[in-house]
Amino acid sequence: MSKVRVLVGTKKGAFICTADGKRTNWNIEGPYFGGWEMYHLKGSPADPNVIYASQSSSWFGQVIQRSDDGGKTWNTPGSTEEERMTMFGFPGGESNKFVYDGLAGTHKTFDGTEVPWVFKRVWHLEPSFDDPHTVLAGVEDAALFKSSNGGKTWEEISGLRKHTTGKDWQPGAGGMCLHTILVDPKNPNRIYVAISAAGAFRSDDGGATWKPINKGLISNFMPDPDAEVGHCVHRIAFHPSNPERLFMQKHWDVMRSDNAGDEWVEVSGNLPSDFGFPIDVHAHEPETIYVVPIKSDAEHFVPDGKLRVYRSRTGGNEWEPLTNGLPQRDCYVNVLREAMAVDRLDDCGIYFGTTSGEVYVSPDGGDHWSPIGEHFPSVLSVEVQTLP
Amino acid sequence: MIRVVLPHHLRVLANVGAEVELDVQGPVTPNTVLDALEEKYPMLKGTIRDHVSKKRRDFLRFFVCETDISHDPQDAPLPEAVASGAEPFYVVGAVAGG
Repeated sequence: MSKVRVLVGTKKGAFICTADGKRTNWNIEGPYFGGWEMYHLKGSPADPNVIYASQSSSWFGQVIQRSDDGGKTWNTPGSTEEERMTMFGFPGGESNKFVYDGLAGTHKTFDGTEVPWVFKRVWHLEPSFDDPHTVLAGVEDAALFKSSNGGKTWEEISGLRKHTTGKDWQPGAGGMCLHTILVDPKNPNRIYVAISAAGAFRSDDGGATWKPINKGLISNFMPDPDAEVGHCVHRIAFHPSNPERLFMQKHWDVMRSDNAGDEWVEVSGNLPSDFGFPIDVHAHEPETIYVVPIKSDAEHFVPDGKLRVYRSRTGGNEWEPLTNGLPQRDCYVNVLREAMAVDRLDDCGIYFGTTSGEVYVSPDGGDHWSPIGEHFPSVLSVEVQTLP
Repeated sequence: MIRVVLPHHLRVLANVGAEVELDVQGPVTPNTVLDALEEKYPMLKGTIRDHVSKKRRDFLRFFVCETDISHDPQDAPLPEAVASGAEPFYVVGAVAGG
């Protein structure tokens, strides 16, 4: 029988939750890396035993961790005693080293002045479809890095940061982070990324060159309605069967593009608020999407004290609230951009985690919800692996 | 022999106890002590000093002999008590919330 492994990153460590295909009885292991901010954990599609984790701290900086046994044990890649002893072992500690290519230069900051590009942390790890040792990393200050040796060393894919608009990018409230990485499964040379608050970008040549794909986005905090960059994109998702159709949760507005981001249209429809962070797509229904509306940019909690996931079966515009099993009074949580995921079981499971430490699962596409755990530290990220 | 006391999270990361012992060749300074520490425990590279600039991370402090030397030059000689191993070199996480 198939089973699932849910990877939960929190502000104070990581947790791994497992269950069989019914997804009702959960075993919770952790905390791993207790006390550290775990921005993201993600398993390799090519080898589900390989999991990458971003371990971060304002005190001690960035550490990359990798497990080769499904999360039971972890190592900083290249730093195990065994690897250091071999002739071909990489120098330890290089796995934590994210150095911008060439002169880092400057970008804009909140007051419009220019500040140097400074690496702060890894927000997102995106393992390759077909090679467990290849992984992309989205970092703050915004840049894209790649490792081809299981995380032992990292090189910047610098064509993105060196785009002519790079000097005009500026941070959102959470920092100038590259948080979304989508690789087209039909054409791995096509990569989408999103940066707060620069916008969305696409490469059609494996990362060598990039173009902003923000036409149709409207951001009230910018006077120019046709601004090429500067948009605070919170998340982008697609269905693997139709990777040209993109769904976006922006700072305000839920958007859709049917042409790989060349143009966007708003599909917020009847949502109670179109501000939010995560967006995801049902595993088997390419037009069924999920968001969690948040009251506003000034009040980062769900509207009316009710925790409601909204589902559209029409690719946007027409939305229905999903509430069965979720608190419907006195609830004031947020759900962050990395904190929603879907599994690939026949009856698609939907997962999300809250800033107050609950992780919920719906084993039936959103109709019924129950908690996997209710007392985790504040949840930063949720990913799920569907296992044989 | 130089003694270095690490904060909790770095002990866990390096899989060591509260105090580690190092051999430092030549002048004993914060930088040479940290070079030896990172040589022996490479997973600590980047956690105390920036990978490239070697600048101390903002929320860490260096204490020796009941003195905060965080803002002293990192190439300045450390007291003889530290060089002889009588007193440890402390790497301390600043109290800054969390």
